[in-house]
Formats: sequence, structure tokens, C-alpha cells
Amino acid sequence: MENWIEIGALSDIPLRGARCVVTPLGRIAVFRTAADEVYAIEDRCPHRGGPLSQGIVHGAAVTCPLHNWVLSLETGKALGADEGAVRTFALKCEGGTLFIDMSAMAAVAAD
Amino acid sequence: MTGGQKLIVIGNGMAGCRVVEELLARAPDLYDIEIYGAEPEVNYNRIMLSPVLAGETSFDEIVINGRDWYEANRIALRSGEEVVGIDRAARMIATGKGRRVSYDRLLIATGSLPFILPVPGATLDGVIAFRDIADVRRMIETSKGGGRAVVIGGGLLGLEAANGLRTLGMDVTVIHLVDTLMERQLDEAAGFLLRRELESRGIEVVTGASTEEILGADRVEAVRLKDGRVIPADLVVMAAGIRPNVALARDAGLACNRGIVVDDHMRTSDPAILAVGECVEHEGQVYGLVAPIWDMCRAAGDTLADRQGEGYRGSVISTKLKVTGVNVFSAGDFAAGDDREEIVFRDAARGVYKRLIVADDRLIGAVLYGDTEDGSWYFNLLREGESIADTRETLIFGPAFAGGAAADPNAAVAALPDTSEICGCNGVCKGTIVNAIAGKNLTTLDGVRAHTKASASCGSCTGLVERLLVLTLGDGYNPAAVTPVCGCTDLGHDEVRRLIKAKELKSIPAVMQELEWKTSCGCAKCRPALNYYLVCDWPDEYADDYQSRFVNERVHANIQKDGTYSVVPRMWGGMTSAAELRAIADVVDKFSIPAVKVTGGQRIDMLGIRKEDLPAVWADLGQAGFVSGHAYAKGLRTVKTCVGSDWCRFGTQDSTGFGIRLEKFMWGSWTPAKVKLAVSGCPRNCAEATCKDVGVICVDSGYEIHFAGAAGLDIKGTEKLGLVHTEDEALEHIVALVQMYREQARYLERIYKWAKRIGYDEIRRQIVDDAERRRSLFARFVFSQKFAQVDPWSERVSGKDKHEFRPLAEIGMSQAAE
Repeated sequence: MENWIEIGALSDIPLRGARCVVTPLGRIAVFRTAADEVYAIEDRCPHRGGPLSQGIVHGAAVTCPLHNWVLSLETGKALGADEGAVRTFALKCEGGTLFIDMSAMAAVAAD
Repeated sequence: MTGGQKLIVIGNGMAGCRVVEELLARAPDLYDIEIYGAEPEVNYNRIMLSPVLAGETSFDEIVINGRDWYEANRIALRSGEEVVGIDRAARMIATGKGRRVSYDRLLIATGSLPFILPVPGATLDGVIAFRDIADVRRMIETSKGGGRAVVIGGGLLGLEAANGLRTLGMDVTVIHLVDTLMERQLDEAAGFLLRRELESRGIEVVTGASTEEILGADRVEAVRLKDGRVIPADLVVMAAGIRPNVALARDAGLACNRGIVVDDHMRTSDPAILAVGECVEHEGQVYGLVAPIWDMCRAAGDTLADRQGEGYRGSVISTKLKVTGVNVFSAGDFAAGDDREEIVFRDAARGVYKRLIVADDRLIGAVLYGDTEDGSWYFNLLREGESIADTRETLIFGPAFAGGAAADPNAAVAALPDTSEICGCNGVCKGTIVNAIAGKNLTTLDGVRAHTKASASCGSCTGLVERLLVLTLGDGYNPAAVTPVCGCTDLGHDEVRRLIKAKELKSIPAVMQELEWKTSCGCAKCRPALNYYLVCDWPDEYADDYQSRFVNERVHANIQKDGTYSVVPRMWGGMTSAAELRAIADVVDKFSIPAVKVTGGQRIDMLGIRKEDLPAVWADLGQAGFVSGHAYAKGLRTVKTCVGSDWCRFGTQDSTGFGIRLEKFMWGSWTPAKVKLAVSGCPRNCAEATCKDVGVICVDSGYEIHFAGAAGLDIKGTEKLGLVHTEDEALEHIVALVQMYREQARYLERIYKWAKRIGYDEIRRQIVDDAERRRSLFARFVFSQKFAQVDPWSERVSGKDKHEFRPLAEIGMSQAAE
């Protein structure tokens, strides 16, 4: 079951930037790329837990501010030689408003 | 003879009439047809309004179906008669002329309405949309008096309007909300080229600007932007977008979201009623371009003719801008992604940019600027979804190359005749270069440059010259002499810096286009470097790109391993006071800051502050007079001092005072890497000036200036620059030295590495011996400081970049668990 929750307006996120959504199970980073696509991933680098929302966004990837791991915003997987992944969340944008699907989060909570 | 059924079409536009044409082709006699149009015109080609505005064609030439077509097909045209209501139960429509007419089937093709910004003054006389021939006639009428036009919206429609009005002789300004023109169709690089072209035609482009109010007593006089700018205007064209015209359908109780909801056969929620065109929503998509609408019309034609067709399955769309002499094409999905590969081709000399996006060996998107000849070929590949695995290498060169024997890009260069010019700047042709390589045994790019001057000026033909080296020498050519900035380019830092100046490149997209970057928007390595180079070279013109800065320089604090931040206020020259210390103590208590540390640079560091608290921490520190210590910046960090002649029995000069003066003069400046200074009051050197980037040892006769020290990864004592006699002279020398470093060094290169690379003597020659040069360096630093010396903390306390410090949303446990 999908569980869409409104989180704000697309225009609240800077282009090639990110904002955070605070949830009971940790932060989610919501990115907006230069091509105006949005992605949501866990705000926690698989390497040393760095806040990915603070990294530089390039293409559909982000470089972690702590040790420069590069993670794909689409798959959540580390790119290049590094191995690891973060959880991704479905997002949808309707009329400029963003919604996140929290069902994945609920599944984690149920575990 | 007709079959007696009655078809009413609401909308005499392109879509409505196209459906009728499709229907007539399938079943000419099935219906009596009546078409209602609000405009008092016959059916014309709305997408050709731009060329009419630009005076390139006339209204008569864009008429699709004249009155004879309606007559020949026995269609009753009710133009100028608006349909105002639908009575679905009775199957009747009501018109503005008070008539009620019954139907068996109804087709809604009401199109879209221009989106008029809800700002004060939007209803003033002289504010118009760009939607129909009446709008065009008004624009042409207004332009006869010359004057100024403001176009709100830098999308497809807005730019076509702007170009038309400019052609008609008006002074035109385009106001666009975001930074990239036509951002829905173009990426940054193509947007940059388009902007440059429009500006060269005399159209002023204002991006990142939002309209606050349209000013005027009873007629429009000006437009005021949110940032306070006022742009005079005799005409305002609203081209900020369109929205589906669904009022009639909604009032009739048909299912509508953004548009009228239709199925694959263009049926609405009432099976007797169909809808097509810009007013419909199919699978959640609303279309504003003509190609998908033609597909819908085919499906509607089948449905009306009671034929089982394939239906409408959604469309991949492509766009071309109809501005004569500007070639822009985009199609499909051109966002970057890691399961996607991009192929980028840039030819700076011809102003060409091409970007293809490939996923799973299939072309999924294309953006072309400058050379769009192959647009339809790419568009076909994209729609067919054929595998391009075999042609991938040469795909970017278009159909002329594809499938042929010449699968090697070098072949294109090999095929050039000897007389073809390679280097436009110096007029060097292929034969000259090849002969030089062979005759003089040249093996490097620099060798070719030295002997032929090819690629020695703007450098944009470097790639071609390298291919000639490869062709002539085969494996004997080894190019990797320069370490490139990153994987996005083959150019090294020095080359990039030189070309930014030589070609006057003033934005990141400009650099990437002109220097033929291989990716569309760079990476975390090159973007901060380019941002620094541009800030340094064009302090008054370049708009700092915050998204290209590392997080510390974006939020003006130092990120720590747990994602919290540390904050270091400036203590000028390392001096502080009871009031300052008390303020720090209060902040530490109030925000429960877990750690406080004295730094090596004579400052106090508060560690473990949550990002959300930063603005409040800065507000309190600001109250006590503190400003940012820039402990996070690739910029001037600290000036460490000893107590000097104020207190010390050995002090020879006022080292504290001079250190504070230096720090007040230089704070806020961005540098390639961090810069730390120190001033010691005597040769005992208590401020440890001889391991700093720049250090001063005060002596009885004046000030000994040292530079290029290191006490980190490497340990290195400073080199001596020279002895000067006054504080003013010392300041001028130090500032000039730092400016020289700012202008020449590679991003992230500390002073000691830069100095070693270019030579200590060379620095002494330029700073000490050449007084004129020293003074011009000093003057450039002073100029740049006018734009740099703004306290970033107080800016943020006043609300700048608020979004950085607040979560977008907070989701509670109950919501998350639903």
C-alpha cells in the first residue's frame, strides 16, 4: 500500500540542491537536480553516515560532504569503486507539490 | 446523404478541425457536423502565430481550412458563437446567443487558456497574452509607436513573442523566473547559448526574477520585480504558461483533473462526449505541443467513425523554437542519471552543443543547439526505441556517419582535405600541421603549437590538432602531459584559468560550453574550482553559484563527522575581551554546545552545533559584535599575532595592531585554498610566522615579509620575500602577493605549492621589483573586496538562504506508519 504524504513545494528546494525531511526513523534527503528531477534517499552515507543532503549535486548523483563518496540518487547505490547503498523513497510531484511515499518507511518500522 | 447523427464540435481550433478531417477521411457521411468557435475566424494554424508576429508570413497563409472547406464538407461553422453550457441529460448545448442545440455526439476541443499571473495591475490596458490572432494584431498595432515591451516568461512562447516584438522594432526585456531559458526543454548549456544569441539580437534577458506588480494609472507603464527593479513598459506580454480550458466540461460534471480526463479512445467520463487537444489529460499527462495532439485526433477519428483503432498511447514529444536563425531542438527525457550515459559534443567555434542521453543501448533524449539538422533523425531513433549499440560510437555525428564504414571519429578528420582550416585564430590548415609533425618530428601538442601556432590562441581546436597527431604518429603520440581538472574535461587547471580570461567566460555554463566539457553539468571536483575561478576573475559580474560550493562554504560553518557543525567567530588578530568571552559562554549554555576549544589560529571553536540552530547561534554572537571567522573557507582564515610593542619588552613594532589591520583588510576574500597569516613582533617569533602562508617578522628597521611556509601535511619554513620599512608598504606587498596567488594558483593548491611551482624568484620579481605590477595587483584585490566583504552570518540571520537551515517537512510517527 502506498502512503503519500505531502512534504512541500518543488520550488522550496534549490536547483542542484537538497532539503531534509525529518521522520521518526531518521532523515530523508530530497534532491532536485539541474534537470528539475526530484529524488528522495536516506540522508545517511553508507560509508560513515555523512549527511548526503549537504553534498554537491551533479547529474543524478550526490557527492557526500564527509569523504567524497558518490551516490546515485536513482538507485541509492554508491558509484565508482565504492560499495554500499542507501534506501530510496518514491516521490511524486503534482502541480508543484511534492509527495513522498512513506510505505517503505512503515515497513522498516514494522520490522 | 448523411447518416443523420449530429456531431457538435466545441472549438474551431487545430485539434477540433483535425478530428473532423480524420473523421471525414474514414466516414464522410456518418454525421451532420457543426463546429462552434469563440474566435470570429476560420480554422488557422495557431503555432504559426510567431512567424506572423515577426512579419515573416501573413494570417492568410496560416489559414488551414478556409470557408470553402466547411462548405464542401457541409459543415456548419458557428464562429464567434461561444458554447456556454452542456446539458448532458438532454444531450444539448447552450450558446452565448441563447440557442440550444441537440447532439448525438459531442467533441470538446476547447484548448487552453493563457496563465495570467495574479499580480496587481494584471488587468491594466496594454497587458496581453500571446494566444490568438487578436493578440498578435494588438502587438503589431502597439509596436508601430516603437516603445518598450516586457515579456513575462522565458519559455517557448515567451521567447517567440520577444523575438517577434524585437523584429517589429520594440525594445524588449524578457523576465524569467528561473535561471535557464526554456528550462523545460533545454539544459543549462543550451540555455546559455540561447540567451547569448537573444542578447546579441538586442533582447534583454533577466533571469531568476519574479514579477511583483504591473504599474500604471489606466495603461501599463512599467513592471516591478520582487527585487525592486522597475522596468518601463508600453506593452506587457504574459507568456508564463497555459492551462487546459476545462470550465465547460467541469460545469457539465465530466471528470477533470488538470485537464478533461480521457481514455485511450479520447472518450470522457460520458461516452457520448469526446475530448482532444490541450484541454485533455491522458494517463496523467497534459500536452501543449502539436505532435501529440495529432495522435489524439487520429484516435478520436477512429472512435467517432466507430472503428476499432489502436487508440492513443501517450506521446514522446519534441520541441523546436520558431525563431528564425536560432536552431534549438529537444526531445524525450534529457535528465542525467547513472543508468544513463550521455554523449556530449560541443563545437565552441560554431556555437554548437549536442547532448544525447542513452539508457540500455537506446536513445531516450536529445538536446541540440546550433545544428539541429539531425533532430528528426534522432527523434525517430527515440520513438522507435531501436538498439543503438552498434552505432553508439558515431551516433553524435548524425546519420551522415551512422551505418557507414567510417565508424572511427578520427576518420572524419582523416577525410578532411589538406587545405581545410583547422585553427581559425591563426589561419593554420591541415596540410601545414601534418607537414610540421612529420618534417620536424613533433610528438606533442606544445611542439605543434610552437612550430605552427595551431591551437595556441583560443585553444578550441586542440581536439582536432590532437587527432592529427594521432593520425600522423599513430601510437607514437602520448597526449597525457597535463593532468586534467577532472573527468569532465581534458584541460588542466592552468589552461582553464587562461581561457576563462581570454574568452571572457563569465558563468559555469559558459565555461562548460566554450571549453567543450564532456558532461552536461560537471561534477563535485570541477564545479567548485570553476566557481572559484569565476569569482576571482569577475568579482563584479559573476553571480556566485552556491550549489557549486562545498557545504561548509554554503552554510558558513564546518561540518563534523556526525553531521553537526562547528562555529568559529572572528577574533581580530587573536585579541578578545571580557564581553566577547561572556557572549560565547552564554551561547554555549543556551544551545548546550557540547565542546569548546581554543584553536591553533588563536580563535575559539564551538563544536557540535545542530544545523537548525546555526542562525540563532549567529544571531546571539552577532549581538556581541562577532562576525564569521571563515574557519570553513577557502579564503582568509586567521592572522595570528603576538602582543608586540604594546606589552612585550622585546617587541619592536605593533605586531598586534598590524595583524588586526591585515585581517580587517583581507577578510572575506576567497582564495584557491585556505590562507593563514601571522605577525610576530620580534625575531623570537612567538606568533610562529615562519610556517605560515604569509608571515611577518617585525624588526627594528621595519617588516620582514615571509611566504610559502607550511605546517600541515608538509612542514616547510617560509621563504623571505623582502624587508620593507613601513606598515603601509608591508600591507601593499602582502596583499599583492595574495592577489597574485588568487589569480594564478590552481584550486586547492596552497601558497607553498604554487610558489614552488612557479618559482620564488619569479614571485619576488613581480611583487618586490616591479612596483607597477605590485600596485595593479593591490588595486585588483581592493576592487574585489568591495563585493566580498559581506558578513555571511548576519546575512543569514536576516533570512538569506533560510531553506538551508530548516527541514522541508517533519513527518510524525502516526503519518509514517499509516
